[in-house]
Amino acid sequence: MNSANVNRSRSLTITDIQQFLLRGRAFIALILVLIVFTSLAPQFLSPENIVIMSKHVAINALLAIGMTFIILTGGIDLSVGSIVGLTAMIAGGLINEGIILPQFGIIAYPHTWLIVVISLALGTLMGAISGFIITRFNVAPFIATLGMLYVARGFAGLRNNGYTFANIVGKPELGNTGFEILGAGSFLGINYSIWIMGIFALVAYIVTTRLPFGRHVYSIGGNERAAELSGVRLARTKIIVYSISGFCSAMVGLIIASQLVAAHPATGDSFELNAIAAVVLGGTSLAGGRGSIGGTLIGAFVIGVLGDGLVMLGVSSFWQQVIKGAVIVFAVIIDQVQARMQEKIALQKQQAIK
Amino acid sequence: MSVMPPILDSASNLTLSAEDNGVILSAQNITKIFPGTVALDDVSFNVYKGKVNVLIGENGAGKSTLMKILAGVERPTHGKIQLDGRDIHLKSPLDATRLGIGIIYQELNLCANLSVMDNIYLAREIRKNGLIAQKQEKQQTTELINRLEQKIDPDTLVGDLRIGQQQIVEIAKALAQDVRILIMDEPTSALSASEVEVLFRVIRELKSRGVAIIYISHKLEELLQIGDFITVLRDGKKVAEAEASKVNVSWLIENMVGRNPAALFTRKERQLGNILLKVEELTLPRPGGGYILDHISFELRAGEILGFYGLMGAGRSDLVDCLAGAKPQTSGKVWLNGELVVTKTISERIQSGFVLVPEDRQKFGLVQTLSVMDNMLLASLKNYLKGVFLAHKKEKESTAHQIKELSIRVANSQQPITSLSGGNQQKVVVAKGLLTHPKVLLLDEPTRGIDVGAKSEIFEIMNRLAGQGYGVVFVSSELKEILAMSDRILVMSKGAITGEFTHSEATEGKLVAASAVGHGPLSGNKPQGTGK
Repeated sequence: MNSANVNRSRSLTITDIQQFLLRGRAFIALILVLIVFTSLAPQFLSPENIVIMSKHVAINALLAIGMTFIILTGGIDLSVGSIVGLTAMIAGGLINEGIILPQFGIIAYPHTWLIVVISLALGTLMGAISGFIITRFNVAPFIATLGMLYVARGFAGLRNNGYTFANIVGKPELGNTGFEILGAGSFLGINYSIWIMGIFALVAYIVTTRLPFGRHVYSIGGNERAAELSGVRLARTKIIVYSISGFCSAMVGLIIASQLVAAHPATGDSFELNAIAAVVLGGTSLAGGRGSIGGTLIGAFVIGVLGDGLVMLGVSSFWQQVIKGAVIVFAVIIDQVQARMQEKIALQKQQAIK
Repeated sequence: MSVMPPILDSASNLTLSAEDNGVILSAQNITKIFPGTVALDDVSFNVYKGKVNVLIGENGAGKSTLMKILAGVERPTHGKIQLDGRDIHLKSPLDATRLGIGIIYQELNLCANLSVMDNIYLAREIRKNGLIAQKQEKQQTTELINRLEQKIDPDTLVGDLRIGQQQIVEIAKALAQDVRILIMDEPTSALSASEVEVLFRVIRELKSRGVAIIYISHKLEELLQIGDFITVLRDGKKVAEAEASKVNVSWLIENMVGRNPAALFTRKERQLGNILLKVEELTLPRPGGGYILDHISFELRAGEILGFYGLMGAGRSDLVDCLAGAKPQTSGKVWLNGELVVTKTISERIQSGFVLVPEDRQKFGLVQTLSVMDNMLLASLKNYLKGVFLAHKKEKESTAHQIKELSIRVANSQQPITSLSGGNQQKVVVAKGLLTHPKVLLLDEPTRGIDVGAKSEIFEIMNRLAGQGYGVVFVSSELKEILAMSDRILVMSKGAITGEFTHSEATEGKLVAASAVGHGPLSGNKPQGTGK
């Protein structure tokens, strides 16, 4: 689209430059943030620090990827943080306590792999339940997932009466060791969680751009009625979308529990807000239908880098919150400015043709 | 995948006769009851294979309802539908699609955020190894668009296209489905003359391949040009059926209008006052080019009922919206009582004396969750303040007065607005407007969706208000109503005023002709109105 523009008038006008800056704003913001922090704190871009930051980013990015699908359909998922906590507790409990089968008088300790699968399935199921409630009973996504936020957090606490499952490394004689590898292990010198983020992002990118399902997601956010009349299965698509978010949340729950080698019931508290912020920063419209996985990834990096950088500079945590909040609102304001400018430019182009 | 509902009955009740006379789809004794109205009353409709089956009728005659039933969007209250002589039960648009029934909706159903290609293949993506075969989709989209003789890039976002081009995309989307029966609801309403020609060529091509077309339009000449069989609906009933070759425009109008119900509405002769409202060069650009309102100028006198007639999308509603302040991007000048109106927002316009009774009562006129009284006072709440509190007694008095004045039938002013009939709801909207002490009443389709009795009451109110010196702008698509009620009629087409007629010189023919200016291929040889 842009190339046609450039071809017609070789000379760059001011509006062209404005457009370019506005479109790439998330990326520009990321670079700016990096430059500022590097100049203020020289150790900012040291290899060790990059690894730490990437690990933080990966967690938020995974949640934000799931959230992107939901927001593209025009929905919202407030339950991701709680599902993170619940899956962490479930995985921790399975390792430390196993599955107690009283009628046989035995305790089964599932293999670590099986624990991962069970936890992921549970998170997916929680998402699917939200999706089902939203579509079957026509409950607003905000309310349905708000309910799920409380329910999942409650279960996370109930699992061990509010206590932490500590030292979840398993026992060799039970054959359930190795859970900590997920958080600590690395491949080619890069932490597994970063690999997982990369793989999830790639798959999500392909799904949103190349699969019919992805297109249905966009169409629901753009014009739900038109999508339905075209034969898009609204209920099914939405339930899958919420399941994806649940799956991503469960993955994050496992990663955090593994990194800490412990499962705490408050794990993931208020993570949903970070995820939503990353999605919005990445240019995805909360009204649905507009946005991309790439944008979300950049958004997650901006938030992560901003957070870690401010910590390194010794900015108080209260100021960190103020700055983060201002950045998010500012990003959305710019988003609106860009939308209006694009409309104006489209109008001018049409009138030029006539 | 869920278990599919049986949409086709077994072949046991197959009747042979249906096949013989070329009927592919038949709706039999269809009745559709909506709360408060009977939209269709025992209507039977045959669709012939390889023919253009035209459905006509005035607004509210039941065409769209019948079409939605055939497309699986609505389900009939009574009656059955047969395809190839077999009973079918359409539970969703998807069922209809599976049976080869395609539909082009009048209001465009496209996703503005997706490209042309994505829209055409939405929910029918061409797949290759599970991925969307983008190359193939693009190629086929290009072929479809070429077939429609258009130049549209398959990768353009639909939201960036003109309305006419969007209509073409909608048509291409239907063509991409290989349908046996294609329903077209006002497909030409947004098309230019040359685009209509192309559409007609495509329709003829589809006919020759045995596709049955159900064609709905308001443009009578166009219908006679393209149609084969014509079915006329009026007030939810089928009133006539004929071959297109054997009828003419006056036959169509006669059957559509029937006995002249205009006799029910009597306009009282009034003395017109001074110029109350003067509008000069009111212009509203259309996003994506052209104008929604194309330099509109007119005057309205005190005590005058000024009718605005036009086809859907002619810009009448946009005009009253602009006057009410709902479209801030408007340019042009408006004088009220000789004073230039500089206010832009809706609340300021209400203050100046403009009040709008919107076209869509449910969506824009009423707050469904509030009571009759709360709805009625919503626009003038600040008149009922006592300090910072609402003076409940004063509110009640005012409401009671309006209920009596407009004879609104309610048991209690606290009852929910949704418990009232359409006509009484409309009166509440009018009362809400009157309580703001307006000077100019902007009535946008005030009689839409209400029964004849309530209509004449609304007209009675209009007469009385005009008699009291209000200026009334009356927008309507109902020819006979506008002819009966208006002191003067302005006709709009494509955002411009294309005709002006006094009460005595206006006829249905003149209005229809003026409303078609700039539309169809046949409009050129018809008498044109004055103005732009």
